[in-house]
Amino acid sequence: MESDLIAVRDLRVAFASDAGLAKVLDGVSCSIRPGEIRGLVGESGCGKTTLARAILGILPPNSARIQGGQVLFGGRDLLTVPEAALAREVRGREIAYIPQDPSTAFNPVFTIGTQIADLMHWKSPLLRDPSFRGNARARREADLARVVEWLRLVQLPNPEALLRKYPHEVSGGQRQRLMIAMALLPEPKLVIADEPTTALDVTVQAQILKLLKGLARDRNVAVLFTTHDLGAAYEICDRITVMYAGQEVEEAPVAEFFNRPSHPYTRKLLDSLPSAETGLRGIPGEIPRLIDPPPGCRFNPRCERATEICQQRPPAELAGPGHSVRCHHRLTEFAA
Amino acid sequence: MKIFVLVVNRVIWFVPTLLGLLAIVFFISHVIPADPAAFAAGENASAATIAEMRARLGLDQPLHIQFLRYVQSILSGDMGRSIYTGRPVSEDLLSRLPATLELTLVTVVVAALIGVPLGVVSALRRNSWVDHALRFVTIAGLAIASFWFAILLQLFFSMQLGITPLTGRVEGWGPEPITGFYIIDSLINWDMETLLDAFHHLILPVATLALPAAATIVRFTRAGVLNALESNYVLYETAMGYPRSQIVWKYVLRNALIGTVTQIGLIFGILLAGAVVVEAVFDWPGLGMFAVNSILNSDYNAVMGFTLIAGTMFIVVNLLVDILQGLIDPRETR
Repeated sequence: MESDLIAVRDLRVAFASDAGLAKVLDGVSCSIRPGEIRGLVGESGCGKTTLARAILGILPPNSARIQGGQVLFGGRDLLTVPEAALAREVRGREIAYIPQDPSTAFNPVFTIGTQIADLMHWKSPLLRDPSFRGNARARREADLARVVEWLRLVQLPNPEALLRKYPHEVSGGQRQRLMIAMALLPEPKLVIADEPTTALDVTVQAQILKLLKGLARDRNVAVLFTTHDLGAAYEICDRITVMYAGQEVEEAPVAEFFNRPSHPYTRKLLDSLPSAETGLRGIPGEIPRLIDPPPGCRFNPRCERATEICQQRPPAELAGPGHSVRCHHRLTEFAA
Repeated sequence: MKIFVLVVNRVIWFVPTLLGLLAIVFFISHVIPADPAAFAAGENASAATIAEMRARLGLDQPLHIQFLRYVQSILSGDMGRSIYTGRPVSEDLLSRLPATLELTLVTVVVAALIGVPLGVVSALRRNSWVDHALRFVTIAGLAIASFWFAILLQLFFSMQLGITPLTGRVEGWGPEPITGFYIIDSLINWDMETLLDAFHHLILPVATLALPAAATIVRFTRAGVLNALESNYVLYETAMGYPRSQIVWKYVLRNALIGTVTQIGLIFGILLAGAVVVEAVFDWPGLGMFAVNSILNSDYNAVMGFTLIAGTMFIVVNLLVDILQGLIDPRETR
């Protein structure tokens, strides 16, 4: 679609290991519109983080091989943009990142203020402001004012004192608030939040999610939010993409996703949410080895509805209005 | 500032460590099967003379009394007289200390200036030919015996090419002694000729000592940088588009140096006490030469004095390393 902010097309990424090539992303397509908050859900090892890192171009260079596909953003294919240009023009400026574990993402031996100041030195939106051209000092002061304002926006007390502290001197929740502020300070168009609340206390998780959602909404920033926590996805997402073993299997608006799931895997994911009546229920079986995945539909060994065709042919993607699924035996018909 | 607490804490620990050192030095020197009284009494002394000498030196007292006296005299700056030179040991040691300190300091600075950048490059170019070449050189640098390497350097640069002096600290007399550090003294006197000459004489001994030192620093810096490169903060900094050069030379290096600084401290200590062989080869009038001669002469007080000085310096260096680490790594102090 023309209005897409970012479009991933048929992305294939493999990881070299001693046992062979693991196809961690096997033809993933997914697009996000400006200002949209997109959930990317799936079990550990399904390729969520790999997709997030592939978009940013920060896959481990020694082991990861990009075998095909495109990441279209701002009129160009990011996979073909040279590393130096990506670092300078895209990362942190157009596409920002919120890491999984804020306690290890800060550099332990520099103050928070130093790390934010360096970020602003390279990524501040004021760099694009002609009135600060040739006046680095005024820009630094304006940047500092923006930083302090943003620390207030993410509800951090006493911002000036916080900037003088080292990362280990503040709490995990505060560190993640800082990460949110740092992601949004450069005024990016897209924020990639890779399991941003997994490392946090449950009580803090909801606050952080609400904060992220509110700030992104107000500024029309799109968010790609990877999580294995369906509850968290329900809280903040507009649309949800489900990944299974390196492929996206279903994509739907959040209400439709929870009310009328179409892929048997999605159904089982939703069933696995604990409730008072059912208690904890897992999904039998485990995700396939990605070095030699099962033929046909990758979910067929764990699927109750699987028939012969599921073992023979990978299902094509069926798209209804706003809802798409990859399954030979989908659970719902799409509304016309 | 908690750095103050750290310093006070370490300085307080300095006292028991020093006492432990004194005890070890004292008791070890009493286990050595050589009779200092016989030495002091002279070659043809009668049994009675030796016994009298033993009483005069206090060697007939019980061990713990001897130790208490020893500690007492050390605290008052008295390390006894050298049986060999007849001068106070403290004087002998102090006159030789600057030569060794100068050699050691220059070596550590040179080794760090070479070793740290090479370690970083080695890590950044992991498994490239640069890395392999550096691995070969560093392992060779650690394996080569320094006295052999020193002689090799002398043969080639001093004898064959004649471009470096063979031995000694300067030609002729040194500069007017103020600190005993020839570099500093010649600077104070603004005597450029002597300064250059001092540096000229430092080249070969420093090269000999710096080779294994730099090799160690390269290995540790490389390991530290590799470790840091795989950290989450480097992933984050990369994802947010910090320039690679800043990530490596600012954010990674500071973390990697925490381990390197510990290592540099150890090297410093080892060099201070262990430059013995190199000092002998280059006829460097430092502590090492003094120690060798004292041991050969069974010069009781001198050996104890040297061991005490070497141990004390080791403790002081460790103290400085602890403080330096506190300054580099805020988790230590805040």
